[in-house]
Amino acid sequence: MSADLAIVAVAVVTALAAALPGAVLVLRRLALVSDAISHAILPGIVLAFFVTRDLNSPWLLLAAAATGLLTVVLIETVSRSGLVGEDAAIGLVFSALFSLGVILVSKGAAGVHLDTDAVLLGQLALVPFDELVVGGVNLGPRALWSMGIILLVNGAVVVFSYKELKLAIVDSGQAKLLGLSPTFVHYAAMALVSVTAVGAFQAVGSILVVALMVAPPATAYLVARRFSAMLWASAGFAVTASLAGVAVAFAADVSIAGAMATAAGVQFVGVFLLTPRGGLLAQMRRRQRQRLEFAARMLVVHLAHHEGRPEAEVENRPEALHRHLKWSSHFVQRVVRHASVQGLARNAGGLLELTEVGRHLAHQLIAEGPPRPRR
Amino acid sequence: MGDFASEWAIEVEDLTVAYADDPVLWDVDVKVPRAKKMAIVGPNGAGKSTLIKAILGLVPAVAGEVRVFGQALRRPRGEIAYVPQRASLAWDFPTDVEDFVTMGTYGQLGWWRRPGPAQREAARRALIQVGMQDLLTRPIAELSGGQQQRILLARALVQEAPILILDEPFQGVDAPTERAIVGVLNQLAAAGKTVLAVHHDLQTVAEYFDWVALLNVRLINAGQVARVFNEENLRVTFGGRVGVLAERPAAARV
Repeated sequence: MSADLAIVAVAVVTALAAALPGAVLVLRRLALVSDAISHAILPGIVLAFFVTRDLNSPWLLLAAAATGLLTVVLIETVSRSGLVGEDAAIGLVFSALFSLGVILVSKGAAGVHLDTDAVLLGQLALVPFDELVVGGVNLGPRALWSMGIILLVNGAVVVFSYKELKLAIVDSGQAKLLGLSPTFVHYAAMALVSVTAVGAFQAVGSILVVALMVAPPATAYLVARRFSAMLWASAGFAVTASLAGVAVAFAADVSIAGAMATAAGVQFVGVFLLTPRGGLLAQMRRRQRQRLEFAARMLVVHLAHHEGRPEAEVENRPEALHRHLKWSSHFVQRVVRHASVQGLARNAGGLLELTEVGRHLAHQLIAEGPPRPRR
Repeated sequence: MGDFASEWAIEVEDLTVAYADDPVLWDVDVKVPRAKKMAIVGPNGAGKSTLIKAILGLVPAVAGEVRVFGQALRRPRGEIAYVPQRASLAWDFPTDVEDFVTMGTYGQLGWWRRPGPAQREAARRALIQVGMQDLLTRPIAELSGGQQQRILLARALVQEAPILILDEPFQGVDAPTERAIVGVLNQLAAAGKTVLAVHHDLQTVAEYFDWVALLNVRLINAGQVARVFNEENLRVTFGGRVGVLAERPAAARV
């Protein structure tokens, strides 16, 4: 396997593996917990490393998962005490555990492969050089194997406990009542987050794994109407973000992990702006249209009031609207155009006339009382 | 389901529940008769929601016992369907009305088994009962308060439990929804099911319910509405803060 291909493969598999538990975190409004866990697992990993003296030992994964669960339990204990809020509890617990990890690293692991840079930023570029060799056979990058297995486990858990996850997220009380222990589901999900975080930080570092856990699912949430659709879309956005990130990093010779996280962020902003349902641009356009619709209704009521009376010659002209309704002449033009496109009124040589439809609408509106703008 | 020799659907005996060292329910005895509609009434902080959560096994009791159809259960399975307060749910979850109601069948399915056509069919029947059959594919995030309450009731109906417990089912819903829910509760009672609901509106207790439990940390009184729902008991329950039913109808909502 070529070095570049190995990097691309590890990037994609890591992003995919992170996106699945990430979707659960985003829906449970626990996105920050991924940040906490990815930092707080450090002391667990270091302690396991001291014991095993092997950075590739599976004990490191288990120690990380245990520390991750400990983090979640500590956060819940601190915030349930009622003395501080949940945000403060997260901040307290993860910084305490992380700093403990940093001290342990500086004290005991100095001169060893485990340096803080690697922990924070990961070393995706070095992934191709650490290959798994079993019985003299080179099986390719070790990280691809570890992240591939984590991806399989995450995928299997999501597929097999799909309905349990759903109910635990939507209504944990009901889940408990129906015998589908939401506590078990919760801690299982947190264990996945921990294992994924430790697996991924070799590749992308403990900070950027947060971006991969949060950004693709948050992007997917903007477009998906079903949980299954959200999971698929998270996976899709994870792939596009990692491919785009690696491409940019190769082209511009910058940090691969940084470029991936940036791509995930840019992707989110793009979808946030453009998504047809509830996106920022769609909202602005809808508000524009509603404003025009409301103004067009005012226009037909105005025209109907003066229609057939002597003052109509003066009142029912665009210039009069500009003067009396305090609309800018540009806005008057747009409203008149909107009203004629809608078939409510027409401009007959400078004099505005209601159509049959417009007159009917006006009488309806007058009967209903003053129209209220819809939100 | 359970022991049909028992005359009561639910018997609560000497129940005490405390948060930290603060008793929320103090030595409560209450019996819920079969095939009747019973309201739990009391001021804020009286422990109404806690009482039903204790019956459901969702909060631990310091002392006392809950029997369902004569049997003491740590947590009822299948005997009781529960409609929680709307605010306790994550309505921003990406799913639609039909799928949400199908979640009521998850208990019968147990771990790992997926809902199939039979479960979705049951969900659709329940949605017809609550008048939501036209909104099957509507995302739950886009529902009004009344519509949310209706699908919560539908999710409980698909469980086909002999007992239905509701926590403030009429809180903040529109009048048609309130009528629809009352209609369903009447049908259930007529079909021999037991209904127990935390209820806030003193004006409608007599109209909607057969029995009532007046609760203020302790049980003040419980029994048939005609016998126990009177001014004196209400005064004790609400600590004299409540206007009398007949005199100040509008102010009686507590």
